[in-house]
Amino acid sequence: MTEPVAGVLGEMVGFCQALRRAGLSAVRTDLFVAALDQLEPMRRDDVYWAGRATLCASPDDVEVYDRLFADWFSGVNVGRVPASTTVTLASGARDDGDDGPQGPDEVEDLAMLASRAEVLRHRDVADLSPAEARHLAALYARLRVRLPWREVRRREPHHRGEVDVAATLRARLRLAGEPGPLQHRRRRRKPRRMAVLVDVSRSMAPYADQMLRLAHRLVGAAPGRVEVFTMGTRLTRVTRALRVGDAERALVAAGEVIPDWSGGTRLGEALEAFVDRWGRRGVARGAVVVVVSDGWERGDPSLLAQQAAQLQRVAHRVVWVNPHRGKPGFAPVQSGMNAVLPYVDQLVAGHTFATFEELMEVVERV
Amino acid sequence: MKTHSSPAELADLLAAVDYVADEGLATVCHLALALERPLMLEGEPGTGKTALATALADALDIPLIRLQCYEGIDAQQALYDWDFARQILHLRTLEASGGDVDVDATEGVLHSERFLLARPVLRALQQSPAVLLVDEIDRADDEFEAFLLETLSDYQVSIPELGTIRAETPPVVVLTSNRTRDVHDALKRRCLYHWIDHPDLDREVEIVRARLPQVSERLTRRVVEVVQRLRAENRLVKLPGVAETIDWARAVHELGRDELEFDAALLTLGALSKYREDTEHLRAVLTEQLG
Repeated sequence: MTEPVAGVLGEMVGFCQALRRAGLSAVRTDLFVAALDQLEPMRRDDVYWAGRATLCASPDDVEVYDRLFADWFSGVNVGRVPASTTVTLASGARDDGDDGPQGPDEVEDLAMLASRAEVLRHRDVADLSPAEARHLAALYARLRVRLPWREVRRREPHHRGEVDVAATLRARLRLAGEPGPLQHRRRRRKPRRMAVLVDVSRSMAPYADQMLRLAHRLVGAAPGRVEVFTMGTRLTRVTRALRVGDAERALVAAGEVIPDWSGGTRLGEALEAFVDRWGRRGVARGAVVVVVSDGWERGDPSLLAQQAAQLQRVAHRVVWVNPHRGKPGFAPVQSGMNAVLPYVDQLVAGHTFATFEELMEVVERV
Repeated sequence: MKTHSSPAELADLLAAVDYVADEGLATVCHLALALERPLMLEGEPGTGKTALATALADALDIPLIRLQCYEGIDAQQALYDWDFARQILHLRTLEASGGDVDVDATEGVLHSERFLLARPVLRALQQSPAVLLVDEIDRADDEFEAFLLETLSDYQVSIPELGTIRAETPPVVVLTSNRTRDVHDALKRRCLYHWIDHPDLDREVEIVRARLPQVSERLTRRVVEVVQRLRAENRLVKLPGVAETIDWARAVHELGRDELEFDAALLTLGALSKYREDTEHLRAVLTEQLG
């Protein structure tokens, strides 16, 4: 190893530790140092690219890496900073810090930023400040969408699974009847249809916006497989509006087609409209239907119950997301909620980002 | 195999085969070669991941061996298989010739390289130096990833009947992924990682010029400008990649145009957009820009 590399070794190790604390999972310090040895360790660009290749493993990592790199090496010559100072500071202890590069403070900030994202995930989305809501919006891009699958009647060749007798025999024919390996097959899988119904009445207003963001993510992940509707005083199909790639534009477009945003609730009638006009004709057939509503029903709950029962018969599974479900002291006392409960396969919470991630898991499993 | 000693020299070698690599990509490729590590490339479709592997092979003057992954691919399709039909035929021939059969020798012959079907990974180890392109690794399943990790960590394969086959110089391995599924951490830790973004305007012009020298400079620049604007707007279902830009520029050129005119642009829209939903928006943008 060349002399300058040995000189900045402590610096680099400290940088790697900071990255690890900021949440990167594939930090490989030894590989990073080996890479630097192949390049010019005193050149800022070379250090940047060597680090990006060896310390990151996903586009999310690259984002964090870029910020931390800018902070850590801002205006500081890589070779000049005494290694020990930086390393101790980075590991959390605060010394007198005589030469005081801004690096360590910023690192602290970054770690805080990472933990703030964690806190944000568990905050009730109804109580977010506008700035927090913006931060949360960025999190949606990282939400891992999981879709339900269904097995169809057709089979496909696979390397394990049941023995495919016909294919095995055909393979034998090719070998002039000599015995040979068995061929296997399995059921082919297709993504299941999904329908998302979002209640946009006044009582749901703080949550509806976030739920539409979630729906936008789903539509983007499986175009043509996911249908999204809003329910208020009437039923509106917003799938087309949400198909736009950019979330903000999509939400604006959806807002334009929803006539009853933050209005009253006629849940039963909206659900009836869905089952009659869409559900029975195929959208809900064999689909996983996700209904997002707090169950406040102004009208007669018996219509709601009747439609929920219809829906359950048509759909594969009905998942009801109630934002209040995760809060302490929740009981399904709203007349509407009570009425539909017997016809719901899963009742899940939906008030924080973390619960959205759980919802994805539920949807995949049901 | 051509050699180089710095990222800049590698970039020059790549430029000689019409692949425009920026500093980051050249550096990462240089590191992959110097450290003998696989290179994991991720990025939007059409940003030149697969093209890089082809270009590397051309630039270094070594063969390219491609392994296209798909759901259900297994080690037999990636590594090796015995040519059972030929083995049987060989035995039948021995029987028919009626001579004395030396059992040990015959078995030895049956499991010799003569009856071995080398699949891409084994072929890469045998022919190395070579570029092994493992395309769309995210389509394969976990078991296949584990198998690949094992092979890539020591660049050798043991065949029970034949012994261990080791690459004298490890092949240059390029893995690409479209991120339809997260690749396992263990495999990623083994690799150098690079995320390829859409290029900026000047670089994209440079790329299209390198690939299509016959297309006029003015047409190229206009085409790239429109595509860049579409990407910035982000209103399409599927954003066009560099591959689409190249297709579109070529399509307009094939109509005998030197400039991007409205009618030609409309006629060749199919090169740029593969979704009906997008066509409407594209029409609007083109009308505004050219009409």
